Amino acid sequence: MQLTGAQALIKSLEQQGVDTVFGLPGGAILPVYDPLLDSSLRHILVRHEQGAGHMAEGYAQATGRPGVAMVTSGPGATNIVTPITNAHMDSTPLVVITGQVATASIGLDAFQECDITGITMGVTKHNFLVQSAHELPRAVAAAFHLATTGRPGPVLIDVPKDVAQSTMDWWYPATVDEYDLPGYRPTIELDEDDLDRAVALIAASRRPVLYVGGGTLKSRASAELLAFAERTRIPVVTTLMARGAFPDSHHQHLGMPGMHGTYAAVIAMQRSDLLLTLGARFDDRVTGRIASFAPDAKVVHVDIDRAEFGKIRRPDVALQTDVATALRAFDQAGARPQPLDDWWREIDEWRERYPLTYEEPEVDGPLRPQHVIQAIAETAESGTIVASGVGQHQMWAAQYWPFEEPNTWINSGGAGTMGFGVPAAIGAKVGRPDRTVWCIDGDGCFQMTAQELVTARSEGIPIKVAILNNAYLGMVRQWQEMFYDERYSEVYLSPDLPDYVKWAEAMGCVGLRATNVKEMADVIDEANAITDVPVVIDFRTDASEKVFPMVPAGASNDDIMVHPSQRGAR
Amino acid sequence: MTPPEPFLGDTVHTPVRHHILSVLVENKAGVLARIAGMFARRGFNIYSLAVAPAESDARFSRVTIVVDAESAPLEQIVGQLDKLVNVVAITDLSPQDALERELLLATVPVDDASRGRLLDLAAGAGASIVDVDGAALTVMLAGTPGACDALERSLESFPDVELHRTGRVALPRLGRTATHEE
Ligand SMILES: Cc1ncc(C[n+]2csc(CCOP(=O)(O)OP(=O)(O)O)c2C)c(N)n1
Ligand SMILES: [Mg+2]
Repeated sequence: MQLTGAQALIKSLEQQGVDTVFGLPGGAILPVYDPLLDSSLRHILVRHEQGAGHMAEGYAQATGRPGVAMVTSGPGATNIVTPITNAHMDSTPLVVITGQVATASIGLDAFQECDITGITMGVTKHNFLVQSAHELPRAVAAAFHLATTGRPGPVLIDVPKDVAQSTMDWWYPATVDEYDLPGYRPTIELDEDDLDRAVALIAASRRPVLYVGGGTLKSRASAELLAFAERTRIPVVTTLMARGAFPDSHHQHLGMPGMHGTYAAVIAMQRSDLLLTLGARFDDRVTGRIASFAPDAKVVHVDIDRAEFGKIRRPDVALQTDVATALRAFDQAGARPQPLDDWWREIDEWRERYPLTYEEPEVDGPLRPQHVIQAIAETAESGTIVASGVGQHQMWAAQYWPFEEPNTWINSGGAGTMGFGVPAAIGAKVGRPDRTVWCIDGDGCFQMTAQELVTARSEGIPIKVAILNNAYLGMVRQWQEMFYDERYSEVYLSPDLPDYVKWAEAMGCVGLRATNVKEMADVIDEANAITDVPVVIDFRTDASEKVFPMVPAGASNDDIMVHPSQRGAR
Repeated sequence: MTPPEPFLGDTVHTPVRHHILSVLVENKAGVLARIAGMFARRGFNIYSLAVAPAESDARFSRVTIVVDAESAPLEQIVGQLDKLVNVVAITDLSPQDALERELLLATVPVDDASRGRLLDLAAGAGASIVDVDGAALTVMLAGTPGACDALERSLESFPDVELHRTGRVALPRLGRTATHEE
């Protein structure tokens, strides 16, 4: 069967089981958009290529399947570099297809030429510049294989226009051997000696902590984690990337560790004698000053990526495998720590003394952002997916939303990309149309990518957006208040400009506003009742509210600052 | 993997703790950029780098990289290198297990007074004269990095020398083993 490269590309995507492509056409990718018309693929036309990338990420995080985005060359390609970087930092499987100028024009500064494989070399797991139509199926198959196996990540395929236009005899690689990846071996046998040493460290420990990172979700290891944790009674912390990997309601869950983690999670790690590290990477946001992080702890480090071993913290035992395999092996070996009653007594005291807290809002005063999040969560059906932007609202969402299931928390961790929330929520809803999807957004973040609500409305993707409108780039304001003598430099945004309700309406969405507690309850009910179009709620929140606990950047986790109302009690 | 003992380097150009990575890579466009970019991005230092088609198979090239094991732990460098999809195999040679050789070429302007001194120096260093004209000689030395260093230092007493070195290539010494990373 003779196909054009463009047809072969679309057919290859179908072959991979892709159902949705997020994108926006242009000159160099034009040939590929033509066969799209005859394909079963759903294409979602975004309003900015950054939106396509974040939607693909949201889709991937919500479904566990790779997200796919397609854009044109030059500015189309550069517009999607931020989401690619974001996916690289958070190990999200993504396949990004970019158009490229014709092979004969490459290197000649042709119209909309840009060296996108060069630009993205450092922020992709791998990328391909496809040289012939015959090679396209192989590139697509290899890209999906790379994106989804081992440590997942973004893979980019750059397709010159003439490659898309020329013809080929259709074929598709039948096995991995035909992918032509002689240097790629993602699966590794678990080393039995290392396993024995890990089991021995567990057996010796009196103050163990399960330090659960995003790799646990990637490995779909939540069931194994629950079984292992319950059998051993070891306390659990879930990082920002792992929220939902272990039920928040479980009494063994201490919450999130790190800069804005719970006191119990942060201090339990500090006092621990064994960190069972599962698909986590000792991010500086978790460790605080590394020299004083968990000084007495031995480290068992489970990761699929061996370059994580010793990158930040030297492990006592490194197990290069996926989290589910390691947990099953621990269980089979009957790994069990010393009795943990004393450890739990200490931890429970911390939990009791320093729970997450905030001051109740005044009746007609501004809303408390934490209260808004809790109010939404209380009325949300179980299994609701939550996306967020980056800033204070993100930290409050991570702290206060009760996560019970994996893949219900969609957020930008490693890169901290403002504007991630709205498009990621849209992508999540496309991947999980059966679920309610809320985006907890900041006013600053919302302004970066809000135009994708036009996409959501026109494509029939009814997400709900809660803007925690504090009229500030709040997280930066918090740092300026606390560490720059309240000298506020370029952080004020205004609560009324733009008018979020009118803006929502102009984009075909329902726009609502709440300025006090009574209105808050009403608009949440109203939003819950709307299931056919996107809803945006402008929640007017207190600008002076800060995220606590907090470990200042570069400080030791021992110097954690609790909520002002809890100070002095220590 | 336990890193081999630190090696006290024998040359001015190599760090006290260096390692030689012999890296088999796919012979594809941009592979060298991927390697160099990764080293730059991660702050790993490269002391020298030599590339040539691989002995046995045209699909592959062999890159010999001398890395500074002070700038980052060797396991980190090898681990990050191994993540590059085009990297097929990495052989880690510690200097005491390696046979290292390098090529030096130098064009040295001479007059009647200095010609003899240069010829003596070259003979003493085991270098050969590979090009001659009335005003200059080109000297070649294939030797250990230390021998190349020594010759380079000696040539500093001549004005306007144009000197090039290839960076080293290496193989395990007979009877010694290298650490293979597939
Ligand atoms: C693209 C981008 N630019 C800048 C920043 C730095 N930054 C981090 S949080 C933040 C403020 C976010 O403001 P908003 O969305 O209103 O959230 P809030 O903190 O007020 O909840 C800024 C500017 C960033 N993370 N991403
Ligand atoms: Mg704000």
